[in-house]
Amino acid sequence: MEALSHYLNLAVETIFIKNILLAYFLGMCSFLAISRKVETSIGLGLAVVFVNGITVPVNWMIHEYLLGQGALQWTGIAGMEQVDLSFLTFIVFIATIAAMVQLVEMVLDRVSPTLYQSLGIFLPLIAVNCAILGSSLFMVEREYDLTEAAVFGASAGIGFFLAIVTLATMRYKLKYSNVPKGLRGLGIAMLLTGLISMAYMSFSGINL
Amino acid sequence: MATRKNFSIVAGPLSRSNPITTQVLGVCSALAVTVKVDTALVMSGALIFVLVGSNTIVSALRNLIPSRVRIIVMLTVIATLVIVIDQLLKAFLYDISKQLSIFVGLIITNCIVLGRAEAFALKNSMRESALDGLGNAMGYGLILLLVAAARELFGSGSLLGLQIVPDFLYAGQGGWYVNNGLMLLAPGAFIILGLLIWLQRTVTGYREE
Repeated sequence: MEALSHYLNLAVETIFIKNILLAYFLGMCSFLAISRKVETSIGLGLAVVFVNGITVPVNWMIHEYLLGQGALQWTGIAGMEQVDLSFLTFIVFIATIAAMVQLVEMVLDRVSPTLYQSLGIFLPLIAVNCAILGSSLFMVEREYDLTEAAVFGASAGIGFFLAIVTLATMRYKLKYSNVPKGLRGLGIAMLLTGLISMAYMSFSGINL
Repeated sequence: MATRKNFSIVAGPLSRSNPITTQVLGVCSALAVTVKVDTALVMSGALIFVLVGSNTIVSALRNLIPSRVRIIVMLTVIATLVIVIDQLLKAFLYDISKQLSIFVGLIITNCIVLGRAEAFALKNSMRESALDGLGNAMGYGLILLLVAAARELFGSGSLLGLQIVPDFLYAGQGGWYVNNGLMLLAPGAFIILGLLIWLQRTVTGYREE
């Protein structure tokens, strides 16, 4: 039970309190560009949950067994505990993400063509989404273990999903309101995001 | 070669076609590193280095890159430059590099860099691409500094760590003034940038569809 509540706590904290988008500003570009329509933002949100849930644990393994300080000890070669390849983190992570996105795309196409159709163009697009790379880098910085990394990856994606769908529904309503000329589009979207972010801040302090 | 065209390549992104407020590129890091002015300055410097470098290299290679694999080639160039600047920051500005935490690494996925490589450097000469990189990075830096100045001034009453609001004005020291703590939190960044976009679009008359 102890372990379960720990992971639940991590999930709630990642989704609401440390929301990847509203508290750390990651994934803003696609967030602002895609949130014009509700259906497409649901598609992008699902794709992010999916890819993030896979790439964060995969990158954890790469960091643990290839890149970190002394990570190559398992090879048994003498002197390997001195080797620290962590300066390669960025380039290896981005390559992993691009490869995983491609892989997920191929598997989905084979296993579930309907899901593949609905995620459609969003899968290649999220290879360069800061939220995905950012989650992997946060995972390294906060020193999670493998299970925590998996929980963190999926819940960061869910947090992104909630935020983008909320903004999309609000922007849908905005079509019928009288916004000052210079504020239309990006400006009002920013202000609305600020208000959503304030609302999410009221979750802080929740502890299961 | 200070021709009119070269000048407009550099100056355009500072106002009319600003990468953040008009092209909507690279917003993520613009918000995250703007709690204080010094982090914003370092971040802008890092971006100038990466963007000028990547635009020049991509432009030099533009006739050699097969278009099918161009994204991965550009990402490799960008990631290499980002690793260089990250190691430099860790060596010479360790404290600030700790505060920037993961956001230097996120320059890789910063849409400005990939966006300019794709939209400009692949089609233009090296000199023009370098100038375009410089202009866009400075436009980005300008917005970063404005947002950071507003947040630091209203949030902590200081600029670059120097106290601006005098002591006797503060509540508790005989005055009435209280720092606006919201500015230091995430919503403050969103709202300041929203207002800045409003201002910029009112001045330049840019209208979004």
